[in-house]
Amino acid sequence: MKRVIPKWQKTSKLHYLMLSLITFLSIFPFYWMFIVSSNTDAEISKSPPSLVPGPRFLEVANKVLNAEGVYFTQALINTFIVGIAVAVAQVIFSAIAGFAFAKLHFKGRQFSILFVVATMMLPSQLGIVPLFIMANKLHLVNTLYALIVPALVTAFGVFWMRQIIDAQVPNEILEAATIDGASVPRVFWSVVLPSIRQSSFVLGLFAFLASWNDYLWPTIVLQSPERFTLQVALTQLKPLYGLDYSLQMGGAFLATAPLLILFIFVGRRLVSGVMDGAIKG
Amino acid sequence: MTTIKDGKGRPKAPLTPWKQKSKKAKKPLPGIASMDGRWGYPAIAPFFLLFLIFGVAPVVYSIYIAFFKWDPLGESEFNGLNNFIFLFQDSDFWIAIRNTFSIWALSTFPQMIIAISLAAILRNKRLKGKSFWRTILLVPNITSIIAITIVFQQLFGREYGLINSILGLIPGVDNIDFIEGVIPSHVQIATMITWRWVGYNTLIFLASMLAIPDELYESASVDGATKWQQFKYVTLPSLKNTITFVLIVGTIGGLQVFAEPQQLAADGGSTKQFLTLTLFLYNQAFLNNKYGYAAAIGIAITFIVLIISAINFVITRKLAGEGSR
Repeated sequence: MKRVIPKWQKTSKLHYLMLSLITFLSIFPFYWMFIVSSNTDAEISKSPPSLVPGPRFLEVANKVLNAEGVYFTQALINTFIVGIAVAVAQVIFSAIAGFAFAKLHFKGRQFSILFVVATMMLPSQLGIVPLFIMANKLHLVNTLYALIVPALVTAFGVFWMRQIIDAQVPNEILEAATIDGASVPRVFWSVVLPSIRQSSFVLGLFAFLASWNDYLWPTIVLQSPERFTLQVALTQLKPLYGLDYSLQMGGAFLATAPLLILFIFVGRRLVSGVMDGAIKG
Repeated sequence: MTTIKDGKGRPKAPLTPWKQKSKKAKKPLPGIASMDGRWGYPAIAPFFLLFLIFGVAPVVYSIYIAFFKWDPLGESEFNGLNNFIFLFQDSDFWIAIRNTFSIWALSTFPQMIIAISLAAILRNKRLKGKSFWRTILLVPNITSIIAITIVFQQLFGREYGLINSILGLIPGVDNIDFIEGVIPSHVQIATMITWRWVGYNTLIFLASMLAIPDELYESASVDGATKWQQFKYVTLPSLKNTITFVLIVGTIGGLQVFAEPQQLAADGGSTKQFLTLTLFLYNQAFLNNKYGYAAAIGIAITFIVLIISAINFVITRKLAGEGSR
């Protein structure tokens, strides 16, 4: 027998139609990158433009990888190095400090948390000029360290980890471990870390993606093309004259593909990460 | 007090820990009593050291620099309030404020409406393919930002852009120049921002809607409330905090818009029609080498963020106060 669906839970075709439309709009720009980079300029500028992939993609990809003065492959490697370094560092620093903020009692704890949260209100460009002066004095300008070092810790990461540890690690387990004689570092290592593995991975992903998509700071602090990250290298592919976007679109596609592949594997976890971090009510 | 709850409704740490004082009086030792709290200092030390150097020091330093005529190559001299006085007389600053807010409004409000509607659809427990729709929504958010400006710039092209081709099908509509026109250029930039963030915000709203108990909808339905009435009287009121949160985050993000306009034209357009505040700051600092002036712009941006957040906060407090009466 068919179960009766309560009226307030009914879905309509219109809902699916809207979701399909959003799906189309979300995916289309990626498809379009491929269309433009695989077709000739003429195919794209005719009316209506071609909407199917053309034969030119490999040729364009080859051009992107070998473009004069653009080190696309190197930029890909640079972006990966920075992203992974930043992700690992943020997870480690945030987990340790977040644990202390969530579970340990020490003088000045409340004040420190307040201080960290308050700085999250400050827009990042406030400190960008002094940060450049500092990077200059520390001889970090035009090195990948300039991207990694200032991003090792973030207020967001620590605050997020504090919330996660507070919610996911029950006090009773910690109590039990300490009564059994485990020291605080030991408790952190053997009790806290294993229970926040999933969330640490999500924080690492957030950090990696933020680093991958950062543009303002890299464009300020990097100067020679072989040090560029992908976002900066992409700006080099602009058409100098005319409207042949194929080179830049090919570059855009190549720079996005790794993220899309990564997303196939981690998309669902990212979704739950975003939703876990949201304020309810 | 605002608290964050996980799926099962267990309260997490409060968002406003400084308001916890009353609780603290009852329970003198927050944290686990059996663990030695002194470990807290070495645990937060590495984070705090790096945070003070690279997060806090630049902020303090920029307040100092703002009072100087600071030339990275030549001499720097004390300048008093001149940077700020000059800033208020600089027409570019006011143009940048106008552009930034116009782009902010054009991206924030459509985004809110779309995100809340989508979340309302996705909340339905009987929806098929829930996980698929949610995941797809996040795809735009992970995309390389420059790649997106490239695609949209091409789509919005004046002569051969797909959007103008579609608009051209409507009789009597001429090709729109999405770069030279003030509002059209803002629409282009706002579209890029909306495309990137609408799915993310949908998930934020969805998380908040899933926390609304089913019973509320059930009883509203039994009482004969239409879908729209359920949305208006059950869903919307419980989203108040989330709307504030999204607005504040959106404002901070909106004041940081940089890559999109810079890719359209590095100088902000022929009539500065899409010069945003952050692009203005960047150009003053790193093209004109006016560090002191740029620092003053940074401080002005910060004040704008703080004022808007305060206004937001007061409005929500008022609304919340009315709700509880």
